[in-house]
Amino acid sequence: MRTAIVSAPIDVAALTAEVAAPANGAVSLFVGTVRDVNDGRAVTGIEYSAYSAMAERELDEIAREAGARYGTTHVVVEHRTGYVALGAASVAIAVAHAHRGPAMDATRWIIEQIKERVPIWKMEHYVDGAREWVGQQS
Amino acid sequence: MTLDVLLFASYADALGARSVRVVVADDARVADVVRAVRALAPEAALPERPLVAVNHRYAKGDQLVQGTDEVALIPPVAGG
Repeated sequence: MRTAIVSAPIDVAALTAEVAAPANGAVSLFVGTVRDVNDGRAVTGIEYSAYSAMAERELDEIAREAGARYGTTHVVVEHRTGYVALGAASVAIAVAHAHRGPAMDATRWIIEQIKERVPIWKMEHYVDGAREWVGQQS
Repeated sequence: MTLDVLLFASYADALGARSVRVVVADDARVADVVRAVRALAPEAALPERPLVAVNHRYAKGDQLVQGTDEVALIPPVAGG
């Protein structure tokens, strides 16, 4: 089990290799990527920032909870900070399990938990040069 | 006691700082710290009950705060 807040591009192939084991019949990989349009505005990229110490603690707790809930220790999660360009990975979650059901359910559960409780924020950069925090009134 | 309260994202922008120093009673609770921060910048329009973390864990308004605690105001999170 490993989780990290990282500032360099995420190597998703390395994540899947990291959770692989002979006893596993399934590896489920979720990759969140930067989309070109949000709320009708053309996006060029997203700047991610985090309260790193707390985000790392929350990510670690989520991975442990997922492990207990779905019965596997083969969980790896990485979340980006810094500028992430269109199409690039902002988050990747790899879970391996003896069976596909729990592997897929665990990746889904983990991404929903991340969105709910990990202190990470995104500032969208738009084609017209504007920048805005996502989901925050300020 | 004196506390340095950490700010992030839109809250840091609203107050123009990554942290602010506040003075609160020695038996202050999380809600008292929030009040003190809001009083520093009434024009910044921080919400009345923002999420707060104490020592990297979400904390309720009635939790007691100590001078050695790391207190942070957490804007609505947007990971993923």
